[in-house]
Amino acid sequence: MTLIRSFLIIFLFFPIGINAAGVEVQLDKAPIDTRDNDSIKRGAQSFVHYCLTCHGASFMRYNRHQDVGFTNQELLDNIIQTGQKVGDLMVSAMKKNEAEGWFGVAPPDLSVIARSRGADWLYTYLRSFYRDETTATGWNNLIFDKVAMPHVFYELQGQQILKVKSLGDGKESKTLELAVPGSIPKAEYDKFVADLVNYMVYLGEPHAAHRVDLGIKVMLFLFAMLGLTYLLYKEYWRDIH
Amino acid sequence: MSKQQNSVIQWFDDRFPLLSTWRAHLSEYYAPKNFNFWYYFGSLAVLVLVNQLITGIFLTMSYKPDASMAFASVEYIMRDVDYGWLIRYMHSTGASMFFVVVYLHMFRGMMYGSYRKPRELLWLIGMFIFFILMSLAFTGYILPWGQMSYWGAQVIVSMFGAIPYIGDTLSQMILGDFTLSDAALNRFFAYHVVTLPLLLLVLVFVHIVALHEVGSNNPDGIEIKSNLDSKTGTPVDGIPFHPYYSVKDIFGVVAFLIVFCGIIFFAPEFGGYFLEYNNFIPANTLQTPDHIAPVWYFTPYYSMLRAVTVNFLGIDAKLWGVILMAMAVVIFCFLPWLDRSPVKSIRYKGPYFKFALTLFVISFFVLGWLGTKAPTPLYTLLAQIFTVIYFAFFLLMPWYSKIDKTKPEPKRVTK
Repeated sequence: MTLIRSFLIIFLFFPIGINAAGVEVQLDKAPIDTRDNDSIKRGAQSFVHYCLTCHGASFMRYNRHQDVGFTNQELLDNIIQTGQKVGDLMVSAMKKNEAEGWFGVAPPDLSVIARSRGADWLYTYLRSFYRDETTATGWNNLIFDKVAMPHVFYELQGQQILKVKSLGDGKESKTLELAVPGSIPKAEYDKFVADLVNYMVYLGEPHAAHRVDLGIKVMLFLFAMLGLTYLLYKEYWRDIH
Repeated sequence: MSKQQNSVIQWFDDRFPLLSTWRAHLSEYYAPKNFNFWYYFGSLAVLVLVNQLITGIFLTMSYKPDASMAFASVEYIMRDVDYGWLIRYMHSTGASMFFVVVYLHMFRGMMYGSYRKPRELLWLIGMFIFFILMSLAFTGYILPWGQMSYWGAQVIVSMFGAIPYIGDTLSQMILGDFTLSDAALNRFFAYHVVTLPLLLLVLVFVHIVALHEVGSNNPDGIEIKSNLDSKTGTPVDGIPFHPYYSVKDIFGVVAFLIVFCGIIFFAPEFGGYFLEYNNFIPANTLQTPDHIAPVWYFTPYYSMLRAVTVNFLGIDAKLWGVILMAMAVVIFCFLPWLDRSPVKSIRYKGPYFKFALTLFVISFFVLGWLGTKAPTPLYTLLAQIFTVIYFAFFLLMPWYSKIDKTKPEPKRVTK
C-alpha cells in the first residue's frame, strides 16, 4: 500500500501544463468567453477585415460559421470579401511568394494559431506593438522581438513607445506607453482585441462548444452505467468469498 | 436456450470448435478469485486496442499521407468530417491511454512477479507488444506533419545515424530519402496502418493464448493450479472467467471510459501532454523549434538519451545515449532471470525489493518529467542520477532479491 500511496503522491505533484510557446514574458489573461457568440461574430468581422488580407485561415470554410449564428446571407454580405462561395475555404488574398517578398516571411496561416500560441499570448501580442525605427516596418513587439508583422491596428490603438527601466543586477523592466492616442480609448481597444482573440479560439477548434455539450451528456450516461454495472458485478460476486 | 438456437449452435459446432473454445477461454477458464484493482488493465488494453483500430480505420478514410496535404487533411477531419473531431480525439487520447494502461499493466507484473516461472514467455511476448506499441506511437505521431511530428522524428531517425558504419545507410533505408520528407511520411503511414497493427494483433492473440496456457498470476503470487478440488479437478481458488470476470471487467471498462471520455471531451490536449501545442504548427523543414520534446510516454527514455554527455571507451556520447535508451527498454526482458527471490509477490517480498521498486517508480517519473524540459546543467545531472537508479533496479536485482528478508507465502489466496 505504501508503494501505491507514493505512486499517487508523485502523480499529484506531477506538473501539468506546458508553457504554450516557451516564452518567459508575463502574459495578460485574455478576457474571453468562448460561449459568447456575439463576441465571436464581432471578432469574425474584424478578422476578415484586418487579418485575412495577408493571413489565410485556409483550413476553415465560411459556412462553418453557421455554428455561431451567421446565416449564409450574412456570410455573403458581411464576411466574404473575396467573392468566394459560402462553402469555400478562407484563403488569403495575398500570394505566398509576394508576401515573402514584402515581409521576408509568408504570414502564417491562422486557422489553428490559437491552439499553438494560446489565447493569452495572442491577446498580449496584439496589444504589445511599439514604434521602433530600427526595423523594416517601423514596428516592433514586446513579446515577439523583430516580428515581421507591422501594427495593423495602430489607427485604433494609437502608437506605443518602449520604456526601459533598469532594476539593477543587469535586470530591466520593459513597459509600453501610449505616445500617440488612437481613434478609440484603451478599454475599447482591449475589448476589440478580446473579441478577435475569442474568434481565433473558435477558429482553432470550431467544434469545441459542441464537444463540451456532448461530453456532459456522455458523462451522465457513463455515471449511470457505472452504478448499474457495479450492482451487476456485486450481484454476480455475492457468493464468492 | 430454445431448440432452434441449440440446433444452430450445433450446426456451427460440428464444423468449428465453437463450444470448446468458449469453454476453454471463458466459461471454464479458471482465474484466481483475488484479482484486485491492478488486474483491470489487461482487458482495458484490449479495449484501447479495439478503439485504436476502429477510429484508425475511420481516420484513414480522410487522412492524406502526403507532406503537402497531411496537416490540412487532419484539420479537414477536425472541421468538415462529421464527428471527425471525436474520431481524431478518440485516437489521439487512445494513443496516450494505451501507454497509461500498458505501463500500469507492466507495473502490476513487476509488483506481483507475473514474469516469474512459468510466465517468462508470456512476459517476453508482452515486451514485444510493448516494442510494437512504441513503434506504432512513433510512426503515428509523424502523420499529422506538425512541427513536433517532423522534428521529433528527425531526432529519432538521427539516432539510427549514430550507429557506426551502417548508420547513414540505415537511416536512408528508413527514410527512403536523405532527409525526412514525403517519402518517409508515406512509408511511416504504411507501417502505422498495415504492418505494425497486424503484428500487434498477432502478438496480442499469442499473448492471450500463452496466458491461458499457464493461467493468470494473482496478487499473492501463488499458483492456484497447485491446489485442485478433488471432485471437480478445478482450482479451489479459481473462478470461471465468465461470468465473474466478464461482469467485473465491464464495470472496469465503464470506470475507465469515464476517465477516457473526460479527457476526450473536456481536455483533449491534456495540457499539451497528449497533443503538443507546437504540433499545431505545420512542419517547417527550415525552422528547428527551440525546444523539441517527445510525447510524455517517451520522455523517460528521451531523458536517458540526453543524459550521456561524455565520450568514453572510444564511443561517442550520442551513441552511448542511444545504447542506453535501447537498453532501458530491452532490460525489462531480463526480469524473469534477474529476480532471484523465493517469492513472487511484493506482499511477501522484503524491504529491499519494496525500496528498490519505489525508487524505480520515482526515477521513471522524474526522468519523464525531465524529458519534457529543455536541458540545463542541473537537469542533466538529475537525469544522470536517476538513469543510474533506473538501471540499478534491474542490475542489482539478482543481489538484493536474493538476500532480502521474505515472508512465507500462504497456501491459499488471500483477500
